[in-house]
Amino acid sequence: MSEDTRNEVPVRLVRRPLVTESAVGTPPPAPAASGETVNITIDGRSVEAKAGQWIIDAADEAGVYIPRFCYHPRMKPVGMCRMCLVEVEGPRGPTLMPACYNPVADGMTIHTKSDKAVKAQEGVLEFLLVNHPLDCPVCDKGGECPLQDQTLAYGPGESRFVEEKRHWEKPIPISDLVYLDRERCIQCGRCVRFADEVAGDPFIDFAERGDRTEVAIFAGQPYGSNFSGNVVQICPVGALTAKPYRFKARPWDLQQVESTCTTCAVGCRSAVQASSNEVTRLIGVDSDPVNWGWLCDKGRFAFPAAAGSTRLSVPLVREGNELVEATWGAALARAAEGLARARRSGGIGVIGGARLPNEDAYVWSKTARMVFGTDSVDAQLGDGVPAETILGLPRATIDEAARAALVITVAPDIKEELPVLYLRLRHAVREQGTQLVELTPAPTGLTPYAAETAFYRPGELAALAAAVASSEPVTGDVAGVAGATIEAVRAHVARAAEVGSPSGPPVVVVLGRPSLAESEAQVAAAAHVLAGLPGVKFLSALRRGNIHGALDFGLSPGVLPGRVGLDAGREWFEYQWGAPLPAERGFDTAAMLNESSRGRMGALVLVGADPLTDFPDSNLALRGLLGARFVVAVDTHLNASVRHADVVLPASAWAERRGTFTNVEGRITWLSQLVVEHSVSWPDWMIASELAERMGVNLAFTCLEDIWAEIERVSPLHHGVHYELLSGIRARDGVVVPADAATIAQTVTSRPLDPMADPGIASAELHRIAPSALLVTSVEMTPEPDSIDPSDHVAYPEPPPSGASGEGVPAVPRPLGAPPVPAPSGAAPLAQGLRLVTRRTMWDGGTQVQAAAQLAGLAPDPAVRVNPAVLAEMGTAEGEMVVLRSSRGKLTVPAAADASLPAGTAVLTWNLPGGSAGDLVDSAAVATTVTIEAHGGGS
Amino acid sequence: MPRLNPDNLQRALDLIALYPQPRSALIPILHILQEQDGYLSEDGMNHVGELVGLEAVEVRGTASFYDMFHFEPVGRYLIAVCTNIACMLQGAYRLLEHAEERLGVAPGGTTADGMFTLEDAECLALCGNAPCLTVNWRFFGDVDPEGFDALTDDLRNGRLDDEVPPHGTLIRVRRSVGLAAAGPTDEATPQSAEVGADVDAGPAPHRSTGPAVELSTHRTTTATNVVDAAHLEGRQ
Repeated sequence: MSEDTRNEVPVRLVRRPLVTESAVGTPPPAPAASGETVNITIDGRSVEAKAGQWIIDAADEAGVYIPRFCYHPRMKPVGMCRMCLVEVEGPRGPTLMPACYNPVADGMTIHTKSDKAVKAQEGVLEFLLVNHPLDCPVCDKGGECPLQDQTLAYGPGESRFVEEKRHWEKPIPISDLVYLDRERCIQCGRCVRFADEVAGDPFIDFAERGDRTEVAIFAGQPYGSNFSGNVVQICPVGALTAKPYRFKARPWDLQQVESTCTTCAVGCRSAVQASSNEVTRLIGVDSDPVNWGWLCDKGRFAFPAAAGSTRLSVPLVREGNELVEATWGAALARAAEGLARARRSGGIGVIGGARLPNEDAYVWSKTARMVFGTDSVDAQLGDGVPAETILGLPRATIDEAARAALVITVAPDIKEELPVLYLRLRHAVREQGTQLVELTPAPTGLTPYAAETAFYRPGELAALAAAVASSEPVTGDVAGVAGATIEAVRAHVARAAEVGSPSGPPVVVVLGRPSLAESEAQVAAAAHVLAGLPGVKFLSALRRGNIHGALDFGLSPGVLPGRVGLDAGREWFEYQWGAPLPAERGFDTAAMLNESSRGRMGALVLVGADPLTDFPDSNLALRGLLGARFVVAVDTHLNASVRHADVVLPASAWAERRGTFTNVEGRITWLSQLVVEHSVSWPDWMIASELAERMGVNLAFTCLEDIWAEIERVSPLHHGVHYELLSGIRARDGVVVPADAATIAQTVTSRPLDPMADPGIASAELHRIAPSALLVTSVEMTPEPDSIDPSDHVAYPEPPPSGASGEGVPAVPRPLGAPPVPAPSGAAPLAQGLRLVTRRTMWDGGTQVQAAAQLAGLAPDPAVRVNPAVLAEMGTAEGEMVVLRSSRGKLTVPAAADASLPAGTAVLTWNLPGGSAGDLVDSAAVATTVTIEAHGGGS
Repeated sequence: MPRLNPDNLQRALDLIALYPQPRSALIPILHILQEQDGYLSEDGMNHVGELVGLEAVEVRGTASFYDMFHFEPVGRYLIAVCTNIACMLQGAYRLLEHAEERLGVAPGGTTADGMFTLEDAECLALCGNAPCLTVNWRFFGDVDPEGFDALTDDLRNGRLDDEVPPHGTLIRVRRSVGLAAAGPTDEATPQSAEVGADVDAGPAPHRSTGPAVELSTHRTTTATNVVDAAHLEGRQ
């Protein structure tokens, strides 16, 4: 941070969440919720402030900067560091008060630069530096350190302290990712407060007192929070450092862009920083409607995966049993040849696409339908919710969920899969009075905050939802849930309808897949009945990267770009694309793998997909890949499924290219490029265009702007969402589609970043895209003979001129409406045994985690969790190996007892190294049942 | 290993039931834990955390704020020598130095036989009988070096077993958390109430310091009893 920062006033729109009394401690005075204003005088200037606002916030808004350390705009104040002392005139004369802990009052007169205030600030800084080691030259924070900067600006210049400073062992690890240097700590408590107040993982706390005070972990219990990186981000000194960044770069050498994290579907804004063309660090950027500045550890620390050992650098083609390096030309020719053959015989299926930015999803969607002639495209790998359900139901934003009177989750463990959404929902429950009800087969990270949790029997979600939505008297248990619990849930629904919400829907259902071992039809059916609750809206809990972009742009069978159904949009898209669309709805991933396993698919194209790892039914995925006649993989990493491909095309990863992203709300934000493409990799849309070209269709896209222009023209969902707007520096919060022009204009606001809240973010205007020199694709194309018979070329008419209107132009199609009533799920009785629940965890065997060296070891060891009664019956102790068997296979894992589980349920974490539930899951069943027996007993 | 034993666990649960928030019972339960083991073990703090719904690090964070909680095993007798001004003027440092030489440990240390832990303490509120010290929170006033030697000999030989329990906690804490409520207290003299309460409070052989005990070389004082009696009356 430059010297300018001291004089420059970091101003921010202050939208503090309402502070209410928490369970513990004396709450600070609550800012009034009313919109009233009061008149105050700051440094002789009369300004208006919101009633109840903290003095420090009112001063910020008035352009008067008050120094601070412990104060953070997203946490409750504590008045701990005393740096923000100001002089306030009162009945007993002027008094020093911490500006972060006192609300403004009408007629208040505040002096921030009076002799007394300045003397107090200098004194506090002298005190804070008494034990600070001043090792700035070797400190990672040097150059972006609030203590350094504010000492320069507000410090006394010299210290009277000549005694020995306190000494501690220099950095000690407090987790696998975070180091603590207690000598540098100024005890502001930001980290400790974050861990407790924001994340709910209070695994760090102050210990001892006086000059022995230290931030500490308990012996043998590291700070293993999913959000530990945030304490590094908000530490105002160099006390907390992240292992992956230590000694990697100096702040003034870093290049920075603002972008969106694509690790999950929440879409957190982040500042991405690089040194020497290598991404070194991510810092959360405060986007008010989304992440409030926080990131989860996976989002923050997984970026080294892009340079991991399994990263694909060059195209590969199969020679016998091996994949060998090839030129782009040769690989594309081989792929186009195989795909052309498959188009004639058997047809092509496209699996994946959630990794792609929006533009690439559109191009692949168009290529599949127009060039491959198939509607069998599916970005979900059988681990989601039917696209019609997600796209057809009324959508809620995260803010609407947080303001709703009642949130019902029908979802996996949000703390593991959509971690920052968990932070927002937890905050809503604790601070905003939102009630939370969970319909789940096993406890989640949100269970401690739920007013009611209905643990249902896997496979019977639809029955439970029907009982919740019905008004018939409950008799006995439903789906394993006690009647009284269902009555309680109904009471919450009734209360929500009464209470309502200050704006938005009274009830928001967070909808995802509670367990991968339970059929998605159950979720669809449950959503259908819950849609009947009065005023309900839905927030998607699909987790994989840009899955919502993929769905919005048609990477789903039966759905065209713009959330338009295949038949409803047929006329429009055939007109716009100038090509016939597939006559019939295509297969989803499960059906494609099924067809392929019987040798009936001509080719499979894996676009950033690893069905062997991600498709719930590993057995079917393997049979599908082995049965495929031809497999093309477009990916960033050589994952298990890519190894089965005939042609492998390396794609550019996040931060290596521009684009846009769609999050769980339908919010479109900008993805920036910061480093050059890895090796000779290409963006996915270019790969699709090249394949199309070689199969006889010129899509005529030369850059992302071309693609977006066409999207704006053909997608009814994206009319009016201009690219210049999305890519603008002020478009931090993006645009939630569909949106009218007025909404879009309102969304786009300018909010400078706060370098004291999140030190390290360059406070100057962020570089939006990399220097133009980086945009040159470093690829020499080798001309290859066109191996495709010209007769294979698809003869399509020229597309109509853009913006055509008038005679013969079909009407713009309407987006999908409420999903159709799902067909009653198969009533086939389930086998005897335990009902299996499997869901993901943050650190797993997935490509991103395993390709990042420092994360690979964080995945827990696999274990099956069952009720202690189950183990007692078997005579097995906790930790002993047990054998699980299903109709699909068997798995040997250690057993763990969990008294919170219903007796008939077994929980396995998905995709851990050393044991995946995928070997057991039967995707055709409503729910997978397993038998359990002690290892060595009878097998 | 040293989690709360079944009796103490029941006491902890009774304490938790007294408060709207379980964590309010944290400090009293920590006293029980320290009374049980003489110090707060890691397993014990984990156990307390489970009981009151806190992470172990929060238990430690709270406990470590207070000097009278110990985190390492202490000797059978914890001797705290006051070094604040009244005692200092009356030779507290001479007493402390003598104690160090006599026991062969520095303040904070424990003798090799596990018998004594020596501490320097802030004001123990027995300034009228300075220099003073406490042994397992029981007061001894006007202690000179010879008196200290006699005291430690008596302790070592078990001659003060009636006066000083092996290790324990403040009698006041036990009362103020309601553990001394039961017992034959109808003859409400402070002494009988106290003795009755302590006998009833559990298996640990706690006895009050009782009426002023005149020992040949060291004297306890009546001050404790006055305080305790007043406190007890305040409760009734």
